[in-house]
Amino acid sequence: MARVTSLLVNGSSRRVDADSQSSLLSVLREQLDLTGTKYGCGEGQCGACTVLIDGAPHRSCLIPVAEAEGKPITTIEDLAKDGRLHPLQEAFLAEDAMQCAYCTSGMIMSAAGLLRTDSNPSENKIKDYLDGNICRCGAYPRIVAAVQRAAHMMKGGTR
Amino acid sequence: MSTNQIVPLSIEPERYEFREARAYVLELTRRDLFKFLGAGALVLCASPKTSALQESGRGQHRNDSMPKEIGAWLHIGEDGKVTVFTGKVEVGQNIRTSLTQAVAEELHAPVSQIELLMGDTLLVPFDMGTFGSRTTPTMNLQLRKVSAAACDLLKDIAAKTWNVESTHLVAAGGKISDPISKNSASYGELLRGRELAQLIPDQDPLLPATEWKVAGKPLAKVGGRDFVTGVHKYPSDQKRPGMLYGKIVRPSKSQATLISVETSAAEKMPGVVVVHDGEFIGVAAPSEELATRAAAAIKTEWKAELQPSSKNIFEYLRNNLDARDGSGSPSKEVPSVQTDGRGFQNSATYTVAYIAHTPLEPRAALAEWNGDKLTVWTGTQRPFDVREGLASAFRIPQESVHVLMPDTGSAYGGKHTGEAAIEAARLARAAKKPVKIVWTRKEEFTWAYFRPAGVIDIRAAVDANGQIEYWEFTNFNSGGSGLSTPYAAEVRRERFQPTKYPLRQGSYRGLAATANHFARESFMDELAHQAKLDPLEFRLKNLKDDRLRAVFGAAAKKFGWASAKKSPGRGFGIVGGVEKGGYVATCAEVAVDKSTGSVRVVRLVTAFECGAIVNPDGLRNQVEGANIMGLGGALFEAIEFEDGRILNAAFSKYRVPRFKDVPAIETVLIDRKDLPSAGAGETPIVGVAPAIGNAIFDATGVRFRSLPMAPNGLKLS
Repeated sequence: MARVTSLLVNGSSRRVDADSQSSLLSVLREQLDLTGTKYGCGEGQCGACTVLIDGAPHRSCLIPVAEAEGKPITTIEDLAKDGRLHPLQEAFLAEDAMQCAYCTSGMIMSAAGLLRTDSNPSENKIKDYLDGNICRCGAYPRIVAAVQRAAHMMKGGTR
Repeated sequence: MSTNQIVPLSIEPERYEFREARAYVLELTRRDLFKFLGAGALVLCASPKTSALQESGRGQHRNDSMPKEIGAWLHIGEDGKVTVFTGKVEVGQNIRTSLTQAVAEELHAPVSQIELLMGDTLLVPFDMGTFGSRTTPTMNLQLRKVSAAACDLLKDIAAKTWNVESTHLVAAGGKISDPISKNSASYGELLRGRELAQLIPDQDPLLPATEWKVAGKPLAKVGGRDFVTGVHKYPSDQKRPGMLYGKIVRPSKSQATLISVETSAAEKMPGVVVVHDGEFIGVAAPSEELATRAAAAIKTEWKAELQPSSKNIFEYLRNNLDARDGSGSPSKEVPSVQTDGRGFQNSATYTVAYIAHTPLEPRAALAEWNGDKLTVWTGTQRPFDVREGLASAFRIPQESVHVLMPDTGSAYGGKHTGEAAIEAARLARAAKKPVKIVWTRKEEFTWAYFRPAGVIDIRAAVDANGQIEYWEFTNFNSGGSGLSTPYAAEVRRERFQPTKYPLRQGSYRGLAATANHFARESFMDELAHQAKLDPLEFRLKNLKDDRLRAVFGAAAKKFGWASAKKSPGRGFGIVGGVEKGGYVATCAEVAVDKSTGSVRVVRLVTAFECGAIVNPDGLRNQVEGANIMGLGGALFEAIEFEDGRILNAAFSKYRVPRFKDVPAIETVLIDRKDLPSAGAGETPIVGVAPAIGNAIFDATGVRFRSLPMAPNGLKLS
């Protein structure tokens, strides 16, 4: 079977050795120790495994690694730059938008995808966009508030 | 159908209600701990149940051995770092934060200097587990006591060092200072070069809640940065050198026995280890993908009796009483009820379906053997119970087993057991390498345990003045929590009737209190309408408990109950209850489209009182989460099963609450600083289903007596 030997992850080319049909999620977690991306369901229903590919959010549990080969992949580990948190990360902390926080990486990565295409999403737009992300603890209202806060911050608003 | 032959599986429900703490077995000596933590001071707090410790009183233990029964301890190092040891675990309820606040408060040390070491069976005192909303009423108190004692010890040291009286010394910000002599020293400086150990009895004066400075105020999740950056390692993220990935070959259906197994194809796969031990069949391989393929290559045959299905579960429960239970079969006697000829009687039956916890992080464990010693990282609410289970499974002493519990991706009562730990350890022993197992979502939905289904019969008589004269309440199978009505009824008969049951069942957030409150508060609504009284007025007429009356009042005020006018397709409901020391009232507003049966919860208002509040923002987060989780069980969550197979073991087939389901949620917290703090993770869930049900009745005139009420929309005709 065809193998995938390198991935462009978080700005650098990383060596891997994976069956082309292996899920991107399993390669990120097992071979690159990028465990911030979580397994939640394996059927693209919960969003815990969300990463950005070419800047757009994707469910890494459903993507064969071969499909991501050569494309820039961003995981939660690369969202903060030089020790400075991404506005979404700061906003999630400020709104206490988590309980067990197992869904948090996926929520933040999905929201990052949203804010790239809409810098000022309405509450309904946020709910609509994130409806494929499950938080079993029910921190949903706080997550909506966090995304709104982050959008405000990214427009240069006060923190 | 031979359903009578079903043998109940081991039951987990509400097990803490009948389990007592056992004597603590400590492997570490005091010297070990100092070696591990460095010099400084070690302060230990006697377990509340231990009388023997009263004899030893304050002061150091003479010999090197640690006392046998301890609730909690903390260590302050020469660098001022405070390490707190507790057997409680963090599963998203944010007790790591609220307990840190308790320590900061009484020790007068900055939150940033305090670290909690939780659920590590080698290092922390024995603890039965984290459930039943017990952390705040018990562990919070113990840690406050041990911290207060540590602070006293530091003052004593400072007083001796400066040759002054300790009484006027001030502790603040991790320092002791003397306003008279102007001396000041940090905790670390005071402890330099010392190895002090102090045991305190279980009765120290504590700061009253009115004087709290750190506790009682919001504090963001401790270590939150590690969670938003993906750095925190959950149990399923753990890794060890040379680690393999495990997969278990599961039976074709529940309660099946193995007839035959063919493993040769899997054994031929390079790098794959196959284990067949009795009914345990599993594989370990260098990648999860290979392990999955190897497990799939194993051919098995199973046999099992025909089992009941979700379609006939309620009939099954009612017809299969567990005769071994002392309460026996229900009384046939019909009580004579006096209603003066002007009152009325009524009866109804309510049901609740099996539902799944389905925590977003599935069960996971990593096991590693070192000779006969076993180390396991796993997500569980009961690390010491998992240790005991591992010791017993592998016939090794408990002292040879070390269980570690990294902060875990939620549990909701669903992680009391340690299946994944035993599975990983069994494979690791055969493979002679560390093995990690992470259950798939399908396994989590199928082989974990469920919140029990149940049938509840209620009968009541109300007199002409709207007073409840007779109240009879029988719960079949779902459990006894929240069984007792808080309303005054002249004659009460309340009973939990265990039955045989087809699916593995156990604890769930709020336990049976959710089912029992659903039945009771819905039926109270039925009685109110029959009595032609406002549902709130009818409840208050029958309610003496001031704390419950207070939350009813607060919720009704916030919601605008008195002025809420229903309109076509809009309805309102109000309910209340007492559970685990907390008092809750919930109001719901729903919008129903009568032509399609679609229902939307528009607004939920909760008033909650749980004594003195430790972390108001953490508490709000819990109340909101409980409301949203409760909404799933109220409207659409139900496990569908047939003949030992789960039919909807996936998020695509089992609907949990999502963003678009979430109503406006408003929370009123009543802070009773004069009362001890009660736990709060569970109780706010109990009012959600009946409040929604009552609101649906208000909107449609149709009473829904089965949870979930709208699995495919409301059936209005």
